[in-house]
Amino acid sequence: MIFYITALIIIGIGLYALIIKSNLIKKIIGLDLIETGINLLIVSIGYIDGKEAPIFTFNVRNAASMVDPVPQALTLTSIVIGASELALAAAFVVLLYRKYGTLNVKKIRSLKW
Amino acid sequence: MNPVVLIFSYILLLASIGLSLISIEVKDLLAAVIFMGAASLIVSLIFLILQAPDVAMSEAAIGAALTMAIYVIAVKKTEKEDKDD
Repeated sequence: MIFYITALIIIGIGLYALIIKSNLIKKIIGLDLIETGINLLIVSIGYIDGKEAPIFTFNVRNAASMVDPVPQALTLTSIVIGASELALAAAFVVLLYRKYGTLNVKKIRSLKW
Repeated sequence: MNPVVLIFSYILLLASIGLSLISIEVKDLLAAVIFMGAASLIVSLIFLILQAPDVAMSEAAIGAALTMAIYVIAVKKTEKEDKDD
């Protein structure tokens, strides 16, 4: 239960940074925090109390004494996709800085409404 | 769950929330990036407590180290400081 609450708090902090902050690097940091919180939420949903890691070893032989392996596999995919997406966002920020000379969203004229 | 592990996980969860708050609010962008990487590293320790060692390895290698390197390059090519708000 405490893991769910922490994951939701981290997602909330990331959403706050993504919406309120006007610096572009801070916005990408908020995106990364949202991704970390989502991964923590998915893995903690798959956790069962008192069970082992889903790896067949000499002591752990039956699948009934393991936690759910499907959310862990999905989270492993999500981490790699998140890293590539953040690299793309960082490249966009560098291109915007070369064109406009600032990182403030309110000063970039063609993005203002 | 073992009570020692439970107390340790409480400490780690509080530390991850505090580090992400600091990384949002600090003015220096390089310090913000490093605090974000530290929060990601602590979340990888929480994955290890939640019996997911492969996810913990991948998060520590990609989510903490590689992402932080990309951010450091992006900060080096742009401004060093959050001047507004």
